[in-house]
Amino acid sequence: MTDAAFSADRMFVLVVLGMAGITYMLRAGGYWVMGRLPITPRVRRGLEALPGAIIVSTVLPIVLQGGIAVALCIVVAAAVQVRMKKEYLAVFFAAAAAAGLRAAGL
Amino acid sequence: MSEKNVTLSLKGCVQGSMLCLPVFPGIIALGAVFGTVAAQKGLTFLETLMINSMVYAGASQFVAMEIYKDPLNWGTLIAMVGVAGAINMRMLLIGASLRPWLGRVPAYQAYPGLFFLTDINWLLALAQYDKGERDWGIYLGSGMTVWAVWSLSVIPGYFAGSLISDPKTFGLDVILPAFFAALLVPLWKGRRQTVSWLAAGGVAALTWYLVGGYWSIFTGAIAGAVAGAYLDD
Repeated sequence: MTDAAFSADRMFVLVVLGMAGITYMLRAGGYWVMGRLPITPRVRRGLEALPGAIIVSTVLPIVLQGGIAVALCIVVAAAVQVRMKKEYLAVFFAAAAAAGLRAAGL
Repeated sequence: MSEKNVTLSLKGCVQGSMLCLPVFPGIIALGAVFGTVAAQKGLTFLETLMINSMVYAGASQFVAMEIYKDPLNWGTLIAMVGVAGAINMRMLLIGASLRPWLGRVPAYQAYPGLFFLTDINWLLALAQYDKGERDWGIYLGSGMTVWAVWSLSVIPGYFAGSLISDPKTFGLDVILPAFFAALLVPLWKGRRQTVSWLAAGGVAALTWYLVGGYWSIFTGAIAGAVAGAYLDD
């Protein structure tokens, strides 16, 4: 391994610090704000609804982008989870379904 | 409802590490692809390790690499940092929803711990909290494990080019969304979730069609939370 591999451009270091800094502020910021807001029953209900809403909003665009094959895999994952309640099985069957569907040309 | 104290133990950390095992193939594949992209864009090995382990947010790293041009100027720098802010905006909401869980952890532990916040350990921690778990080692252990796996996975990708020429062939690209979908299942309790998720899905889909990119996570999540907050049953 050469010295060049372990060198870093000064501007690039600034980019990394900037990206890492803003990402950490977002990671810590929501938590920080919530410690300073009064948690009324309404806010609490909103916070409780947040996880599901985030997952739906994360997965749905992936499905829209990925088309029918990805949609089927997500259905497989959810169905396996409902029946067997084991995340690793849900993930395994979904990946197997994806490999199979793609081998079939879907 | 009696509230147990929030604790931190090695046992909890190990349990958290074990819980994220199913997503290892997905993380490793994604990290390896990032290493390959970074090598193709001409980053040095050290630069690749730095951006990967310090930013530690996959989607924003990939988009930032699309913008990256050598030599860097201030415009590119601002664009890359801005893109990290926009794509990782959802972290605000994820962190906010952890407040009831980690709110009783001392600040000097909670704030360093928040560096390891990512969708995977957040979701695992919340699922365990729902079941009555109060050892936040679940969150910390899974976060540090995912970070370590992510940090190491970039190395083979950087040196070996694309080890996995196309992750899609093996279905590796559906591992993370499938994991999320599986963890969504036990969160459903009744009408409140149905309405909230429909609101989130509708707004997210609409945003995705109109704007594209990653804004849909943010808008959909807010819509779902507001719907959940204002639905009185």
